[in-house]
Amino acid sequence: MSLLELTDVTRSVRLPDDRVLEILRGVTLAVDTGEHVAVVGRSGTGKSTLLNILGLLDAPTDGEYLLEGVPIGRLSARERTRRRGRDFGFVFQQFNLLPGRTALENVAAPLMYAPGRQFWRRRTLAAQMLERVGLGDRLDTMPEKLSGGEQQRVAIARALVRGPRVILADEPTGALDVETGQEVMGLLDEIASLTGAALVTITHDLAVAARAQRHYRLAEGVLVPVDLGGAGHEWVGDVPTLPGARRLPQVPGGVAGVPELSRPVPARTEQ
Amino acid sequence: MTGLVGALVEAWDELRLHRLRVLLALIGVAAAVMAITAVTAAVQMLTQGYTESAERAMGRQVTLTVDAWRMSEQAAPATELDATYDRVLARYGITWASRDWYTSVPFRFPDGTSRVEVRAVDPALGTMQRVGVDQGRWFTDTDATAYAPVVVVNEAFLERLGAGGLEAHPTVLLGDETPVRAVVVGVTAPRWPGEEPAAMVLYEQLVRWYTPADDGWGQAVPSLKVWVPPDVVDDLAPRLRRDVAAVLPGWEVQVYDNRDLGSGALEGAARWVALGVGAFALLLGGLGLVNIALVTVRHRIREIGIRRSFGATSGRIFFGVLMESVVATAVAGLVGVVLAVAVIKNIPVDTLFGGGIQDRPPFPVSAALVGMACATGVGALAGVIPATVAVRVKVIDAIRY
Repeated sequence: MSLLELTDVTRSVRLPDDRVLEILRGVTLAVDTGEHVAVVGRSGTGKSTLLNILGLLDAPTDGEYLLEGVPIGRLSARERTRRRGRDFGFVFQQFNLLPGRTALENVAAPLMYAPGRQFWRRRTLAAQMLERVGLGDRLDTMPEKLSGGEQQRVAIARALVRGPRVILADEPTGALDVETGQEVMGLLDEIASLTGAALVTITHDLAVAARAQRHYRLAEGVLVPVDLGGAGHEWVGDVPTLPGARRLPQVPGGVAGVPELSRPVPARTEQ
Repeated sequence: MTGLVGALVEAWDELRLHRLRVLLALIGVAAAVMAITAVTAAVQMLTQGYTESAERAMGRQVTLTVDAWRMSEQAAPATELDATYDRVLARYGITWASRDWYTSVPFRFPDGTSRVEVRAVDPALGTMQRVGVDQGRWFTDTDATAYAPVVVVNEAFLERLGAGGLEAHPTVLLGDETPVRAVVVGVTAPRWPGEEPAAMVLYEQLVRWYTPADDGWGQAVPSLKVWVPPDVVDDLAPRLRRDVAAVLPGWEVQVYDNRDLGSGALEGAARWVALGVGAFALLLGGLGLVNIALVTVRHRIREIGIRRSFGATSGRIFFGVLMESVVATAVAGLVGVVLAVAVIKNIPVDTLFGGGIQDRPPFPVSAALVGMACATGVGALAGVIPATVAVRVKVIDAIRY
């Protein structure tokens, strides 16, 4: 049984002119404990919607989403909220730190919704987590006084402070320069593997995506596995490919052209 | 438990963070609560001042006065009166009672002898009619058996005596042909400017040391004042009249009470006016609060979305935003109550009520509680609208906001 399992998930919205826009189409994805999965895709391809569904912020229009084998449709709204706080940690592109709060208060914020000991020890736990991301000396610093990389570290500490089982990172390096982005991703990888949390990264940065064990590409709402194991990929049209590769023609009504992969997609470890 | 504490902590953090905005929003609420609380307390004090002023003139609620006077020379002698009063007091177990006899007595001042208005009373009258003594003391029970009479005089009397104060233990000769030296033990508070010299003396001592000239059967005799519970007045008054008249043939006896002082109407009207004005001010303060809270919530939509991603339920968000308003107005209410207490405690009562208030009422707890309840209620009402807006925010949209 996988930790998260999407089967043939569709998400559509009705537009003001009464047309139906399909954001996700038949998405199937399984994520196990401790895995690092990356989803790449251009802007507007449904990456964030996929992440929102995984993080219980949104629900599929059709298809099935099993969380530890339990269909989320069976969970009450309150239970979904409770599990979102307990099992998921979110890292956003724009960091989304709470304004006016210190780094410590930001990291302690999720623990305000935690039960028992975690709630009462929130400041201690937050300080420990900031220590782990190397910001032990910036506890009382306001976000606006921190650099971009430091702000994202605070966001990472905040995502991890409740000990989530899944970290959902939406363009975590999108607002950072390349070097800082690599540094932040290294930290995210390291802490995720130390805590045993699954990490799902959504990005359009192929170098960031390449750090994952498994890679997917989302194009026009369809999720397909790709291999980014080789270095030097770049975007051509809607797809990641090697430098100099020509853009493949779109398949009408189906998946856009997927480049020849340099190596086979590694098989997902079933539990 | 952690949910409630968490919501309160969040609310407090939010207020701390936006203290200037909150402060501006809450000035109206604090002022309204202060108005409600202070006016309620002031009305109580005004009522007390009015009541005390009336009680100084006519006795406490309820004082019955038994007046008797001879209707003819054949009527029973006035010497029967004291024994009659003693009997009725004993029969009905009345503990607060005093004879009250207005007469005039010659006193020898440095500039000659003159008759001064004297009121002969029992020690209980001091409490029954709130006799205020500025210097020295009022009569005690043991004064009645003292070897020399003691008198309580007004300032005009003391001035005419040439005594600056009571430190020198001034004395005065009382009576005409065989005077007795009386000790001045107290000086009463002035009742009005230009008061003539006057004195109060214990009835027992006056009749022992001074015999007024016989003015015939029509001369004034002491009346009897009794302080009794209001619920016995209707029953007791006719009994007193009947009992006194029964043993004094040829006397006319009247008993009347002081229940028609009428401070209740003043108190009721002033309180309703105060509450009306305060409620209107509170409404205005509340509207300002709603306005600012709504603007603030719109500025916090992203934050609300982020908190939802942390696992904050919609109920928690609603409660949190509501609590911000409630905690803020509760704090404003507290400030208002404290200000009201400060104002009320510093009212110059002596200036406003002449002789001042003897039993200054404590700050009314009920007024403080009403003020706090109004503030919290307005906070809850003002918080419902922004809280509803906050809950309706779609999480995904909020995060991207």
